[in-house]
Amino acid sequence: MKIVAVCGAGIGTSVLLKMNAEKVLRTLGLTATVEAADIETARASRDAQILLATPEIVDKLQGLPSEVISIEHVFDLGEISEKLSRAML
Amino acid sequence: MSLLNNALAPGSIRLGASVSTWEEAVRLAGELLVSSGRTTVKYTDAMVETIHELGPYVVIAPGLAMPHARPSEAVLDTGMSLITLAEPVEFGNRKNDPVTVVFGLAALDHDRHLELLSEFAGKFSQPGFVNSLLSCNAESEIRSLFN
Repeated sequence: MKIVAVCGAGIGTSVLLKMNAEKVLRTLGLTATVEAADIETARASRDAQILLATPEIVDKLQGLPSEVISIEHVFDLGEISEKLSRAML
Repeated sequence: MSLLNNALAPGSIRLGASVSTWEEAVRLAGELLVSSGRTTVKYTDAMVETIHELGPYVVIAPGLAMPHARPSEAVLDTGMSLITLAEPVEFGNRKNDPVTVVFGLAALDHDRHLELLSEFAGKFSQPGFVNSLLSCNAESEIRSLFN
């Protein structure tokens, strides 16, 4: 399973999302590779099963073969946990 | 020194700033990155353009914005700037407005700031951390929160 956290520049929001997603996966006992990327890289690679992004970015990720999950509060591990486990379990 | 305090160079912190729009807030965060030697003015423009282009996604948690742009020649060194606002401003983010704390972020590349962001995430995962920053009246109080 590959998860890509996406943001506009690939250095800020996406990195925080990736770190918190990894934390959540450890807690849930799930295994997946999590990467951070900017929108163009995420659109070009197309090999992720799940894309994580904040709502404004989700709109730019339509039409890809991945499931796109919208995260509103990057530090809310509860929100990330609920949405990731719904997508993965 | 913590990575956060190291990233916040002397002159990169402004408390109780008065701005009336999100763009003024982002530009001030950019000016502090410039005056503390981390970026050139072009990086400030890039941060503003990113928000015009992609919307207010830099508002990553309630009250907290982290404007940033891609690594480029406009970044001289990885660093951060911090502003607390006297009056909150709206960025247009449905869930997390209004913003009271703005962290400018500049990174040299995609890798060398990861531990810094990990420290940042650790702090902001604590409930009420934004309010703790807002209650600081001196830079030294901010720096001790980051230690």
